[in-house]
Amino acid sequence: MEIPNVKERWTSKINEVTIGATKEQGGTRAKTITVGGQTTLPFLTFEGEIPNPAVIAGFVADTPPDWPDVLKNAIGSEINSPVEWAQKCVQEFGVDLISLKMVGADPSVKDASPADCAKVVQDVLKAVDVPLIIWGCGDEEKDNLILPECSQAARGENCLIGSAKESNYRTVVAICKADKHKIISEAPVDINIGKQVNILLQDAGFDLKDVVMFQTTAALGYGLDYVYTILERARTTGLKGDKLMAAPQICDVGGETWRIKEAVADEDVLPGWGKLEKRGPMWEAVCAAVYLQAGADIMIMAHPEAIKRFQNILNKLS
Amino acid sequence: MILIGERINAGFKDIKQAILDKNGDAIKEWAIKQTNAKADYLDVNLGTASNKPEDLCWMIEMVQEAVDTPISIDNNRPAMLKEAIPVCKKPPLVNSVTAVEEKLNELLPIVAEHKASIIGLAMDEAGSPKTADKRVENAGKVFAKILEFGMEPEQLFLDPIVMPMKFMQEQAQEILKAVSQFTLFSDPPCHIVCGLSNISNGTTQKSLINRTYIAMMIAHGQDAAILDVMDDELVNSILTAELVMNKSIYADSYVEAFRK
Repeated sequence: MEIPNVKERWTSKINEVTIGATKEQGGTRAKTITVGGQTTLPFLTFEGEIPNPAVIAGFVADTPPDWPDVLKNAIGSEINSPVEWAQKCVQEFGVDLISLKMVGADPSVKDASPADCAKVVQDVLKAVDVPLIIWGCGDEEKDNLILPECSQAARGENCLIGSAKESNYRTVVAICKADKHKIISEAPVDINIGKQVNILLQDAGFDLKDVVMFQTTAALGYGLDYVYTILERARTTGLKGDKLMAAPQICDVGGETWRIKEAVADEDVLPGWGKLEKRGPMWEAVCAAVYLQAGADIMIMAHPEAIKRFQNILNKLS
Repeated sequence: MILIGERINAGFKDIKQAILDKNGDAIKEWAIKQTNAKADYLDVNLGTASNKPEDLCWMIEMVQEAVDTPISIDNNRPAMLKEAIPVCKKPPLVNSVTAVEEKLNELLPIVAEHKASIIGLAMDEAGSPKTADKRVENAGKVFAKILEFGMEPEQLFLDPIVMPMKFMQEQAQEILKAVSQFTLFSDPPCHIVCGLSNISNGTTQKSLINRTYIAMMIAHGQDAAILDVMDDELVNSILTAELVMNKSIYADSYVEAFRK
């Protein structure tokens, strides 16, 4: 008996999004990073094309986040300077690009000013030559003030700016159009809102081919399950021809892993769970591997050991 | 949903006149209008205006001068198709063939050679079927034949033959039953299409009946229709039925987004 052909035939292609601009392209990056372009699900190379493997963005912040010592120590004292931290990410951890978050701009952290944030962007751009992802602090009001300044400071560098939501998309579209950046469209673990934000971006005149989707990220339990299924469903929908869902996807693996108890509490709190030194980075690496299967294209990661492990997984599977 | 725009048909006066005068303006205008309304194929029908292959080819060329939407060639004569299919820039949809052995043997090689698709009608020599079972039998015959000619299920659009509800009310339900069964022929299934406006022939509530029926057909597995793509309410019903069937993802602006 002939074995039936079970290959899926997808009708469409995920958008290819390039981040960063070289000198010839009006920026100062040594190289650009391109994600997306798939015509099939992850790893199914017999079914279609996967022209660009997933990439790792090193988590860097203007101010050290509220992280456990296990992670801070692994990164080293450089964590106190965004410039040195970014350099270490590129030179030692081997990341493909930098994801810079303005943690310190949060009014409840340091309330750093828009000018301070813009200075950090400029300094990091000078210190490393990889493409840059720039995030606000997560406080919406404050982000509306800092993102325009950060965007301007990186004008022409073709950064990926995060993030546009239903509430603030007009501002983000305006600055990204003016300064020639790409946009991260964000939805709170909700595929319907994810699609709606993309519709709004399109209505505001932004080309969806310059958008990366962010469904927030979870590192445990139901949350991880929800995000996984959303990423996967968005991907299959995009491959079936829904142009509104054909964007590459980004996950903040580092940012989320180091917020859950299971990855930050040591054996004294969680007896029998093993040493945090080993468990934490393992948790982060596994989390990234999970989202890789769901179809994520950019993983933001923090722990050098997790980055190394995930790089191994990527090399073996890609 | 694969929308096949029905308007470039010599049954309409402006199109008939365009063919007689060899003036492509009306054809181009409808090609653009229907493409803007998101038609996936444009049906091109010579009707009684002519029976010359060159006239059919001319209509196709007029459409292709205006848009690059694929063509649905509404003709089943091999001599016409042999001339018309090569004129199409993208693989066309041939509309249509019945479940009659000789007809299938005549048409399918031409369709297969050009990697085109074809609408297979669930009717045979005996005419329009009366039951779901007879429709399934006829459709099965067409399905087996396309495989025999090396075609893929996705190149086949099965048409259950929609009957006017006003005159044959019991048929509407038989058609729905047949459509459900067509979806079981293969995985992934072939396409299922219908000439929707038949359902409301002779009634006083044409658009209401059309949009109610298409929603029910979609619920049973239909994924293509020859219709008036300019009918916004009808297309909105289709979009909504596809959400109900979880075939597309809901967003608050789903209706507006479709037309962007």
